Amino acid sequence: MTKYFLIESQSPFESPEVNHNYQLAADLAIAGNDVTLFFIENGVFVTRSAVASQELINLGQVNLLADKFSLDERGIDSKELESGIKISSVDSIVDAMSQGQKMMWL
Amino acid sequence: MSQTVLSFLLMDGPFEQARTTTAFRMIEAALDKGYDVNVFAYEGGVSLAFAHQKPHANSVHGRTFEEENHPLTKDWIAALFEKAKAKGCQLDWVNCGLCVDERGVNEAVEGCRRGAPKDFWEWTKVSNGTLVIGTK
Repeated sequence: MTKYFLIESQSPFESPEVNHNYQLAADLAIAGNDVTLFFIENGVFVTRSAVASQELINLGQVNLLADKFSLDERGIDSKELESGIKISSVDSIVDAMSQGQKMMWL
Repeated sequence: MSQTVLSFLLMDGPFEQARTTTAFRMIEAALDKGYDVNVFAYEGGVSLAFAHQKPHANSVHGRTFEEENHPLTKDWIAALFEKAKAKGCQLDWVNCGLCVDERGVNEAVEGCRRGAPKDFWEWTKVSNGTLVIGTK
């Protein structure tokens, strides 16, 4: 099983390609890979349960992480997050790199 | 025990994108863990380490030079070199030579050196992990 670590720094409100990126994560997971999608910078805007898109909610087989630093910068409280999204930090990115996961800044 | 080595490629120029701050955060996190770090600055990224960057006051917000405490990427890079030294890690920062010449930013902070994309390719072959942060 190949491990993929995808980093999303934009929200679907900025660029329509972001939903395609979510689809990429979903397709990789459906194909049998271990996939993590890490939300950072403006990418965290979509993690709020009030605005989470259907494309994001459909990522049931993908590990979803949100950068606390980015959440704090944007005034997003952990209680606002869509269920299934875990709070994390850039340490997760560094750990994935050290493990040799396939890294992709989307 | 073999040393963990991570390699990054940065392309954004200074004072433009949150990606720059994020890159510095990741590099610092890697050094905190005791990893060796390679950074290849490409295209606009070569200006991150330009030694002649100068801070300024902010007249729009009425802040003085001291109050503004304007952050400069060259200072962050210098701080990363200090951290690497303190942690006993290697930080190798290579600026693409052609990109440097195009932009006239040859004077970089201490520790940086000139190189070519081949350096990054060589790093990818021996690094535990590689991350390319492209422009948008």
